[in-house]
Amino acid sequence: MPPASPLPGDTLLEVRDVHVAYGAGVRALQGVSLHVRSGEVVALIGANGAGKTTLLKTIAGLVTPQAGEVAFDGRTIGAVDGSDRVRLGIALVPEGRRLFSRLSVAANLTLGSYSNGDPAHRREMLERIEALFPVLRERAGQRAGTLSGGEAQMLAIARALMSRPRFLMLDEPSLGIMPRLVDQVMDSLRRLHEREGLTMFLVEQNVPAALDLADRGYVLQTGRVVLEGRSDELRGSDLVRKAYLGM
Amino acid sequence: MTELAQAVVNGLQMGFLYALVAVGLTIIWGLMEMINFAHGEFLMLGMFGAWWLSAGFHLDPLLAIVPIALAMYLFGMLVYQQLMRRVQGGDPFTQIFATIGLLFLLQNAVVAGFTSDYRFVNDTFLQKLGGVRLTLLGVTFAVPLLLAAGLALLLFLALYLLIERTEFGLALQATSEDRDAARLVGIRPQRMFAVAWGVGAALVAIAGAILVNFFSVYPQVGLQFTVLAYAIVALGGFGSILGTLLAALLVGVIQSVTVVYLPPAFKDAFVFASYLLIGLFRPQGLFGRF
Repeated sequence: MPPASPLPGDTLLEVRDVHVAYGAGVRALQGVSLHVRSGEVVALIGANGAGKTTLLKTIAGLVTPQAGEVAFDGRTIGAVDGSDRVRLGIALVPEGRRLFSRLSVAANLTLGSYSNGDPAHRREMLERIEALFPVLRERAGQRAGTLSGGEAQMLAIARALMSRPRFLMLDEPSLGIMPRLVDQVMDSLRRLHEREGLTMFLVEQNVPAALDLADRGYVLQTGRVVLEGRSDELRGSDLVRKAYLGM
Repeated sequence: MTELAQAVVNGLQMGFLYALVAVGLTIIWGLMEMINFAHGEFLMLGMFGAWWLSAGFHLDPLLAIVPIALAMYLFGMLVYQQLMRRVQGGDPFTQIFATIGLLFLLQNAVVAGFTSDYRFVNDTFLQKLGGVRLTLLGVTFAVPLLLAAGLALLLFLALYLLIERTEFGLALQATSEDRDAARLVGIRPQRMFAVAWGVGAALVAIAGAILVNFFSVYPQVGLQFTVLAYAIVALGGFGSILGTLLAALLVGVIQSVTVVYLPPAFKDAFVFASYLLIGLFRPQGLFGRF
């Protein structure tokens, strides 16, 4: 692996020429490069199978790329195991939420801060999360598997927040939840961004909502970045209008 | 009536011993969903360890529990790290064959080292209490079995608290449900699996150290207990610690009550018949989550 080149101070995450293939010949990512600056919300847009989830998993360390590298906070993290990336400040709210459904809501939150068991840290994070999602306090003793789609999504986001991430990735947070709750989830993300300046990388099928929240975006097609720009630029582009906004 | 009550009491006392044997399997098979056909051989190693420490160093099996549990904890972790970790991602059949291979390796290694002779541990603390009996309403309790049952109950309680009330236990459950999601919160799944194998092996070895007070020791002793332990875990419901305890007591009672009315040869037939029957109506087991 070539030595990491120094990164500008404002870039929090950088993905350089990443290639990922599953098994024989299934090429999910074919040389993706992108970056996210500290304090930004960046949207990743693309059709099913474009490689969005694979890219998030690669950044989270659940998938190992065949080539290319991921740098976080100025250093390459290819050698850091997926179990340790949360300690760097990287958190992923995975596709399908992947809650620990047999455990209680409270236990899911406790495990969210598994990487930092300091009681003071836990109390503080719990307070902030209950302020953000009051419904989770009412559900604390309930099994996570019994939550409605919207509540489950809030818990998935809350679990990721419990580690106090500096970089939060969200994979389809609006999938499978009621439209009214989509707005609620998006609003809570906006509050996180505006009040706490949390850096976010958002994969979302609901492109209008994603571009509404994001400062910038990338369009991924068959494993390649085909377009990038500020949200208003993307909204105005022919590709995004025709393929994702239905105009 | 007294005869039936006595049979139930005897069955409960045996049931606690079965529960001890099954509890290690609850963790490895029930909770972590890995197959271990060598479970009975872990028991056998515990029994041989207790016999060896007793014959060679005059250590009472109840005291031998400590070194045996420690040694078998390390052995269980070693088995996971050197063998099971490599076959874990593959076909379930690979796990079956790997642990059947381990079963034969351990059995034959013990045969090679100690021959197939039956061995007995004598003059243990529990055996010296052998004549002491308590009689209540015409039902007799054998004190050694009562003590063993009490020990089993303590171990169950400790395990229950470990799994359900500690963060480590939550992490174990999380790992068993979704390894990738566990990694995302910072849990190292392979470490969890290694510890689970260590704890499972230590628990069944402790069971072995208690069983040598009541049973002879030989290299093939594990099998009879393994089959019962698998039935007990499935009957109680996967991953349910309380379910395992109750299922073990049920199995003990079914065995001893059967013997009152039918020839002894029927006792295991009735155990497995009840397992089949419950399986038809509650395939997830009595307290299962599936």
